[in-house]
Amino acid sequence: MPAGTTDRILPTAPAEGQRRAAVLASPLVWLALALVALVLFMPATEPLFRALFPELARPVYTRASFLALAVSHIGLVAASSLAAVVAGLAAGLFVTRRAGREFLPIVQAIAAIGQTFPPVAVLAISVPLIGYGAAPTLVALTLYGVLPILGNTIAGLETVSPAAREAARGMGFPPLRRLLEVELPLAAPVIMAGIRTSVIINIGTATVGSTVGALSLGSPIIEGLSGNNTAYVVQGAVVVGLLAIVTDLLFERLERRLTPGRR
Amino acid sequence: MVSHVVSRVVRRVVPHVFPVPAMPADGPAMIRNRVLATLVALGVVGALAFGFVGFAPNRLLSGRPVALWDAVSAPVLWVVAAAWLALAAASLAPPGRGRDRLALVVGLGLVLALLAGAGEAATRLAATAPSPSARTSLGAGFWLMLFAAALAAVDALQRLAAGMALRALAILLVGAGALALAASGQLSELSLAKEYANRREVFLAELLRHVALVAGAVLVAVAVGVPLGLAAQRRPRTGGIVFGALNLLQTIPSIALFGLLIGPLSWLAAAVPALQDLGVRGIGATPALVALVLYSLLPVARNTQAGLASVSPAVVEAARGMGLTPGQILLGVEVPIALPVLISGLRIVTVQAIGLAVVAALIGAGGLGTFVFQGLGQNAVDLVLLGALATILLALAADLGFQFLLGLTRRSA
Repeated sequence: MPAGTTDRILPTAPAEGQRRAAVLASPLVWLALALVALVLFMPATEPLFRALFPELARPVYTRASFLALAVSHIGLVAASSLAAVVAGLAAGLFVTRRAGREFLPIVQAIAAIGQTFPPVAVLAISVPLIGYGAAPTLVALTLYGVLPILGNTIAGLETVSPAAREAARGMGFPPLRRLLEVELPLAAPVIMAGIRTSVIINIGTATVGSTVGALSLGSPIIEGLSGNNTAYVVQGAVVVGLLAIVTDLLFERLERRLTPGRR
Repeated sequence: MVSHVVSRVVRRVVPHVFPVPAMPADGPAMIRNRVLATLVALGVVGALAFGFVGFAPNRLLSGRPVALWDAVSAPVLWVVAAAWLALAAASLAPPGRGRDRLALVVGLGLVLALLAGAGEAATRLAATAPSPSARTSLGAGFWLMLFAAALAAVDALQRLAAGMALRALAILLVGAGALALAASGQLSELSLAKEYANRREVFLAELLRHVALVAGAVLVAVAVGVPLGLAAQRRPRTGGIVFGALNLLQTIPSIALFGLLIGPLSWLAAAVPALQDLGVRGIGATPALVALVLYSLLPVARNTQAGLASVSPAVVEAARGMGLTPGQILLGVEVPIALPVLISGLRIVTVQAIGLAVVAALIGAGGLGTFVFQGLGQNAVDLVLLGALATILLALAADLGFQFLLGLTRRSA
């Protein structure tokens, strides 16, 4: 399904006022503001949670600041996603070049079979191999994150029309320039969709990462679940839910910008 | 523009760093199957550089690695070595069905031989152990070789352009072989088997609970999602809004959604006693089921819509011309054509739900996640593995089942 078929077509240079209105009307801006506000000022919500959960002695999670939790969570996801992008792109490029074409079917099979593995199971299995803490989370996020990027890199490059390739060749582009200026830009929206899937899954898996000892926005959720403190659960869940939604909306914009003919 | 600059720089630098050989694509002329050669190299590294099994004094300590040649008896060692040699030879042989058939049989046989070898190693190590609490777990070398051997079989199946029947046969043979090994007691000294034996009844109950949770969620998702997809196809504007909302829901991490449902559901159960009598609670199966349904709605609805959209208007027109009623057209014409797309939606949803249900153990819903999180809490690695491996096998089995179903509907269509 082509993304954004229902988009309004904006004029190429909207007036300043129009642009400001568009920014204010965007849910992305409001959700991002809410996320930042909650991360910075969670302790200020204490009266609200005290009213909602009168039976709790300490209704706001204080073991770590939400800023520290969010920074650690985003750091885990960013580091692993970066590694996954590099590895997924490199492998996807290799198997779609002449030198690596023989490996294409088996790599596609690995990407397809690997994606049926539940991310949480991958996280759990990395603990026996690596131990507890941030390291198994990073490894599991990277390993699992590679698969959608790899799959979509291959799919994106394979859908570049032979006519476009041929035209570039006819213009005398050497292979590398064909790749960088024709194939990759044409495949970019599909590749970006793979990165989006990978990052969103990783935000979710990093949340569960707090069960193997990583510091993340899942920490208040897990602690709240084991200590019967629903307020902690709600605080962690709202912040991590907002983080995922804001990230997804950001990627949606990026994808739309990369699709030729749409801005 | 950036790419232009990058390309110019890279073009200057790359030829010096990686000189392009005159004859690229084919590599050394002797190797005729470079995929298989790579897998053999991986397997040999696994055998030589890593422990085949790990041996620990008890279940909570991490083991010391034991090399393949120290772990298994001479006959098993010879079988494994001969299998890798045969695969190496196959990678040098000229292309042909004979070569690929050999690689398939040897790859599948090697998978079973590795399993049997690990079981034998555990039995031998247990005989030398000072106490019965000693544990033998599967090592990195075992996993690497298993991975390489299984992929060698997959590569052979791909080169043979194997149909559904041969693929199914290969999987059934390995599955039956593994079950036979387990039933014969060959594997029972492995720590994984001991963890299972210690809690056989609980394991079966949690497995059943896991399957019930997933099946229940998928059934409800179909009951709600299919009409939703139908409505979206008939009214694209409404469909866009519904899909947008469901898409946002899908991005929310599972544990967060489970957690967010606790409050509203416990309030609902407290406010409506009839619901409480039905078993609605803030924790347990109710929030798990609700969350799994919410996650499953989007793929079901979207694939229903996409499947119906793929029916050509000419076909619908022809059916109308034959005097069929709208209901008859939907059930007799549109649904059968849309079925493969719908089934691939069910495949996505089922595999996804099997994974998400693991996390549901954290809110007291039970299932295979119980073992994963219990094991993580007790630092009992093999208990973690028992839950995680069972989940992976369940997901793979569901995926294969749906692929098979998909093949059947495509064939009949």
